[in-house]
Amino acid sequence: MEKIILIRYGEISLKGLNKSFFVDTLIRNIKDSLKYLEYKKMEKIQGRFVLRVEEKDIDRACKSLLRIFGIASISVATRVESDMETIKSTAKILVKDELDLSEPKTFKVNARRGDKKFPLTSPQINGELGGFILGEFPELDVDVHNPDMTLYLEVREKTYMYTSIMQGKGGLPVGTGGKAALLISGGIDSPVAGYMIAKRGVNLIAVHFHSYPYTSERARDKVIRLMEIVARYSGRIKLYIVPFTDLQLAIGEHCNERYSTLIMRRYMMKIATEIAKRNKAMALITGESVGQVASQTLESLMVTDSATDLPVFRPVIGMDKNEIIAIAEEIETFETSILPYEDCCTIFVPKHPQTKPKLENVIREESFVENANELMNKAIDETEMLEIFGK
Amino acid sequence: MKTIYFDNSATTKVDDSAIEIMNIYHRESYGNPSSLHSMGVEAEKAVENSREIIAGRLGVNKNEIFFTSGGSEGNNFLIRGAVEKGRKKGNRIITTKIEHPSVLELFKNYQAMGMDVVFLDVDRKGQIITDQLEEALTEKTILVSIMMVNNEVGSIQDMKAVGRLIRKKSRYALYHSDCVQAFGKMDISPTDSNLDMITFSAHKMHGPKGVGGVYIKKGLSINPLIKGGGQEKALRSGTENVPGIAGFGNVAETFSVHERLEHFNKLKKSFIKRALKDIPDTIVNSPAGENFIPNIISISFKDVKSEILLHSLEKQGIFISTGSACSSRKNIASHVLKAMGVEKEYIDGTLRVSFSKHNTLEEVDICLSAIKSEAEKIRRFTRRK
Repeated sequence: MEKIILIRYGEISLKGLNKSFFVDTLIRNIKDSLKYLEYKKMEKIQGRFVLRVEEKDIDRACKSLLRIFGIASISVATRVESDMETIKSTAKILVKDELDLSEPKTFKVNARRGDKKFPLTSPQINGELGGFILGEFPELDVDVHNPDMTLYLEVREKTYMYTSIMQGKGGLPVGTGGKAALLISGGIDSPVAGYMIAKRGVNLIAVHFHSYPYTSERARDKVIRLMEIVARYSGRIKLYIVPFTDLQLAIGEHCNERYSTLIMRRYMMKIATEIAKRNKAMALITGESVGQVASQTLESLMVTDSATDLPVFRPVIGMDKNEIIAIAEEIETFETSILPYEDCCTIFVPKHPQTKPKLENVIREESFVENANELMNKAIDETEMLEIFGK
Repeated sequence: MKTIYFDNSATTKVDDSAIEIMNIYHRESYGNPSSLHSMGVEAEKAVENSREIIAGRLGVNKNEIFFTSGGSEGNNFLIRGAVEKGRKKGNRIITTKIEHPSVLELFKNYQAMGMDVVFLDVDRKGQIITDQLEEALTEKTILVSIMMVNNEVGSIQDMKAVGRLIRKKSRYALYHSDCVQAFGKMDISPTDSNLDMITFSAHKMHGPKGVGGVYIKKGLSINPLIKGGGQEKALRSGTENVPGIAGFGNVAETFSVHERLEHFNKLKKSFIKRALKDIPDTIVNSPAGENFIPNIISISFKDVKSEILLHSLEKQGIFISTGSACSSRKNIASHVLKAMGVEKEYIDGTLRVSFSKHNTLEEVDICLSAIKSEAEKIRRFTRRK
């Protein structure tokens, strides 16, 4: 009898010939996320992984597993020999562990026979084990609809018994869906956007634009902390911090104020595109949502899109702020996102921004920054790269 | 790059002599004053020695001094204790609108709990208005807490005048003052001012962080904030921070208030003169003169975001504080500047420059040249049409 963690993968099991690519990536991601454990062993069984860790590490390991994309659910299970006597004695222990029997409780047994060599069918196991438990515990009654406890059994070569199923994040293993570059600001939306794309198996790199001294060191630290949270789910992220001050000042000086935010966004897209391509990333990700601010009207989005030849993914585009916040809270980025360090200093924000910009006007204004390419290349050259791990 | 540190109202550099003494009480004489053996006695002596020095500075008896972890604890201890003590005699407590948060938040809390709380206004010079105080003082007043020197602008209150008024009008009122910014820079005499309690701290005067103290007038008994092993005559339990207290005693021992003030005055006058001459649209919220302590300058530049100015100066090794936080989402304008009636377009561009004995006229010059050019840069954006 030993305690193990049973890991179920959801969507991957529907994959065809390349299933093993998804499965192997998931195994690698699981091992990566459990690096901190001295002892761990993974076994593949039919449609499941069995993870063995030291008993004291089980809770911590579960917490890590529940953040890994590609895992549908997990259970802490007791693994025993597949014979009815052992199953019965284990059931007795599990009932005692799970239920406070100082007052009457209800239960049901939910068995699945995966190994046809086992002499009893699933309904027969339910019947016999249920009867046994009723005999052992007079305080218990059977309730098949709404029991206090469900005792699950998966009877295979060995038998796995457990009483709860924890839902995972679903999605696909990171690394199976290529790579994309996230434009990260420090606000609420962009970490959520990165999380959502990573959930579909995409590897992230991140690009942050820093305008010191117009924004502070703390704003930069905040972005690092946000990426450390996102990396709990996405795995390691390369974070590129682009010194943006000179370009921003030049835009502020030479361009019409009403267009300055848009032109700034366009340069961010251009720089992110260059960094993406150097990393063989195939798309950009932003946290924009239609109509949230002036630079997120359809007209403005078209203008910023035209600055890049990569596809731009905006997973929160159709979401309300409170829907985005709900995800930010779930993934635990919210509290960090709302720390009061400005990522975009207010003096650069126009009082009356253009909400219906015309591309040709923007491009004309943009051309007034004569040495823009030079400044852009300098910014890229001086970009700092940090490796971010989940924390 | 040489560091210019002009944020001495936030905290100060610890004196080497204090560090040396603290090292002794960390490394060698590390006993617990409560221990019966000789190492305990040695530690106890250090604590008592500091107590004597500090009592001497204040002109009070050493039995009236109790050590704490610093200013916020001291304020919480005394104010909570005084309110608890006076509850049966009255319901009114009085403070000012420009107190440190460790006082202000407590009073707001008491207001929410239903007490009759008066927050006194201040004028453009950061001074409370005597008539308003006189009117607020009643028989039912149980506590008056007024800071001696404000931490943001450095305005000084007339502690004696306040003391006289309280004695005249409110016989049950206890008189407390947060003297954290004053201690070490001004002569404080609780007895002359009729003060019942004061709060002070070490790290604003080149002592270590995490140490402070309170004065409680002899005969006055108030409940402790922290109960336990009975240290500090059971008014503040917890093993004494012996090294910190020894360091505090060291920095409180050998300075002359007069010399320090003279030095600060020289720096302040030079700073203000040059700032007003070189940088247009500048106002000084804390002019030189008797109303403001000379080591603090609150200065506002119109159309300048002081947070940007702060980071631009930091880039050049100059460390100062903003007088108010810059934020587009939340406007957290300083409660002190608001209370003084400083105009909105100036509040956002406020810097607090605060000197220590280490600062020089040369540093003032370098800092002002930097402010001048950085303020111009920022105004190019804020003033564009």
